[in-house]
Amino acid sequence: MAICVRVQAGDFDPLQLQRELEGNDAGAVVTFTGYVKGGGGVSGISLEHYPGMTEHSIETIAREAMSRWSLKAVSVLHRVGHLPAGAQIVWVGTSATHRGEAFAGCEFVMDYLKTRAPFWKKEYGEFGERWVESRSSDQARAERW
Amino acid sequence: MICVRFFARVREALDTEELALSEADVADLDALQDHLQQLGEPWRSVLAEPNLLRAVNHEVVHGNRALADGDEVAFYPPVTGG
Repeated sequence: MAICVRVQAGDFDPLQLQRELEGNDAGAVVTFTGYVKGGGGVSGISLEHYPGMTEHSIETIAREAMSRWSLKAVSVLHRVGHLPAGAQIVWVGTSATHRGEAFAGCEFVMDYLKTRAPFWKKEYGEFGERWVESRSSDQARAERW
Repeated sequence: MICVRFFARVREALDTEELALSEADVADLDALQDHLQQLGEPWRSVLAEPNLLRAVNHEVVHGNRALADGDEVAFYPPVTGG
């Protein structure tokens, strides 16, 4: 499973996903789990995406990470649909011989995913509903690479 | 035919998920966008938003690009996943 991309509505088990990355002589596995942020009266979000392009763009990002660092595997799971505040929304895992590659690759995939993969969040709460605006800080993080 | 799809805020503002155009009417991406903007409001202003993104066959396109029968074009706002 050099590259694994999943886009799904259902929840996921981070430990199970991590176990898929173990072995293959990997000395390091780094994982990231993102959660739906509450606060500001946000009770939940809905995640829209572009089926087909979403998977394609994440695979492109994963391939770029594999080529930039000596990664053994990259695995990405992103949820779509309605999600309450506090829910798991995204998971990224990388494996490598050494931790440096695994850390860098994981952060790169997450930064690129936030600025390139076609997902759009709409927040729901006491204010009604509103589309989330893209943040220049996310763009700046992605441009570091 | 060329399939044109709209997502998120753009889809809502246009009240349209997708439509089909003849490749005879829209030789390239800029021509396709001009064609749609000539439908009047809200097309004219929604498709004039400066941060609008365009993709052809699931690849983001910066600048113009020729279109052919069977292509899928998408218009959407900046992404906010993760």
